[in-house]
Amino acid sequence: MQGGAQHLAYRGRTASIGFAHGPFVRVDADTSGERVAGSLVEEALALRKAIDTASGQIAELAAIAGGEAAQILEFQVALLEDEDFIEEIFAAIGEGDAADVAWRSALDAQIADYNSAEDEYLKARSSDLADLRDRVMTILRGGGAEALTIPSGAVVCADDLPPSRFLEIDWSGGGGLALLRGSPTSHVAMLARARGIPMVVQLGAVPEFGATALLDGEGATLELDPNAEQLRLFEKRRDIHRKSRASARAILRRPTALWRGERIKLFINIQGVGDLAHADAQYADGIGLMRTEFLLSEPGGLPDEEAQFAAYDAVLRWAGERPVTIRTFDAGGDKPVPGFTTDGEANPFLGVRGLRLCLARPEIFTVQLRALARAAVRGNLKVMFPMVTSADELEAGRKLFADVVQRLQAEGIAAMLPELGIMVEVPAAALSVNTFKAAFFSIGSNDLAQYVLACDRSNGALAPLMDPLHPAVLELIARTAEHGRRAGVSVSLCGDMASDPRCVPALLNCGLRELSVTTSALAQIKQTIDRLSGGGGLG
Amino acid sequence: MLDKADGQIFSGNVRLIHAVGMHARPAVKLTKLAKKFQAQISVRVEGAAEWINAKSVAKIMAMRAAHGSTIEIKASGGSDAEAAVAALVKLIETDFPDEVS
Repeated sequence: MQGGAQHLAYRGRTASIGFAHGPFVRVDADTSGERVAGSLVEEALALRKAIDTASGQIAELAAIAGGEAAQILEFQVALLEDEDFIEEIFAAIGEGDAADVAWRSALDAQIADYNSAEDEYLKARSSDLADLRDRVMTILRGGGAEALTIPSGAVVCADDLPPSRFLEIDWSGGGGLALLRGSPTSHVAMLARARGIPMVVQLGAVPEFGATALLDGEGATLELDPNAEQLRLFEKRRDIHRKSRASARAILRRPTALWRGERIKLFINIQGVGDLAHADAQYADGIGLMRTEFLLSEPGGLPDEEAQFAAYDAVLRWAGERPVTIRTFDAGGDKPVPGFTTDGEANPFLGVRGLRLCLARPEIFTVQLRALARAAVRGNLKVMFPMVTSADELEAGRKLFADVVQRLQAEGIAAMLPELGIMVEVPAAALSVNTFKAAFFSIGSNDLAQYVLACDRSNGALAPLMDPLHPAVLELIARTAEHGRRAGVSVSLCGDMASDPRCVPALLNCGLRELSVTTSALAQIKQTIDRLSGGGGLG
Repeated sequence: MLDKADGQIFSGNVRLIHAVGMHARPAVKLTKLAKKFQAQISVRVEGAAEWINAKSVAKIMAMRAAHGSTIEIKASGGSDAEAAVAALVKLIETDFPDEVS
């Protein structure tokens, strides 16, 4: 980077794409301010008032935010209303502690306790407690109105930002978020993506002061007090980004994606009919993957046949003649389900999961198969089994399914056996793909890469090794695609690779002609294919 | 049949089927429900030394009740102790459904 000390650029990691140019605002919790403690009674009153104010603020935020964000905040409200917990803090004040000291030490003790837990869920809660601690501290120190002073369109910079602080900021005028630490998988990153606010995390050290900032959510850079040249380059990048989005929208509306004259089918991955509300969903060639595990986590235990039938039928009705591929329960591994999955496995990713679990629990599996057999007569349904290792498992599943269809028909209920396929995610299945009598194959590249590379995909320390473009992974994808081509069986890929423009050229070169992507990536992937087709060069 | 229920202690126990054990969301629901009753309500993980106030979310969280553990509930005082035990057992048994009236 050229230029003097005033024109500084910092690089981090992308958490949400987009561009922001605005005033630079640091919002770190001010922990340096000193309070002058009053009498015992004054201190008790000050804390009581601060708790009431905090409670009101959080309730207001929860009402505005709704949904998941509201649930995160509800725990904080419950803690403020916990008389046992609050009484101990007042007792400390009674013994001479200042309000802020008593509050901080009680919350710090809780946070330390949560952090020392073995349990990841409990550890994650400690950031909610820190959020609550800082909110009450700010009020006690006479702050509290700080959030309101953030100007519209600002590039907000903080060490890390809890979801409640994000929700307090008025983002209606745009702006961006630059975090020195933070993570792309945090709650606040999810909120930023949902709002379309650019966000860059892990920037490291950034100066305390600056007048204007440029935040580039694509290049993951923050530039402070830019000179004319930096500003010009930034605007150029922003312009390219906007035009590219506009052209992606135009390409999205075209009926088919073509690559070197061949048609590329683009499907979408969904959880339920709710996901089809996305404006781009209508441009998909069908549903390439409908997950069904969400049905298992609804309150009231395992779902009955009617609830499942309704969920599948709603998607088939939306799709009309387009194909809908539904994956049977893929529980186990990192997705435990009480009353269904096996507890205490030493290595759940290599344990009783996916089709293995379903075959071990036929009383649960047959309920799903009944619902699917009934849905099959309502549209263009295909069913696939996850985590299949050997052809015998596919045949065992097919036999269960055929029996279910027979029983339904004997009961006089309309039902049929849909096309049956498998996920290719176990390396053994990819290497022996010609032994499976499947009507179609869908490559689950996330698990396939995890198993081939021997890298737990949830382990951040292995991120550099966890490369889906590793030649070994591509080799297995190419083999599967080649088998499909020879046998005249369709092969698609529904993992994260399909939604990543950087992976698309390799996938097309492996011989894949069907991809299933997240709905929000559909426009970009269609555009990527169009570019590759026009440009040639990437042969 | 006692004509006055005040002095009586009601109790019940129930297995915790929630996938991740007694975490924030279930703990909030449990304390919210407990607070609707006048009675003094205590809970503990089966066999634990200490009974815990069912109206304190901090203490319920600190209890660290794991998936599959059995929760003991006892209530006394007020006129609603029996109903309180029944309501809490039902809440835990039905895996903390979203609508609890």
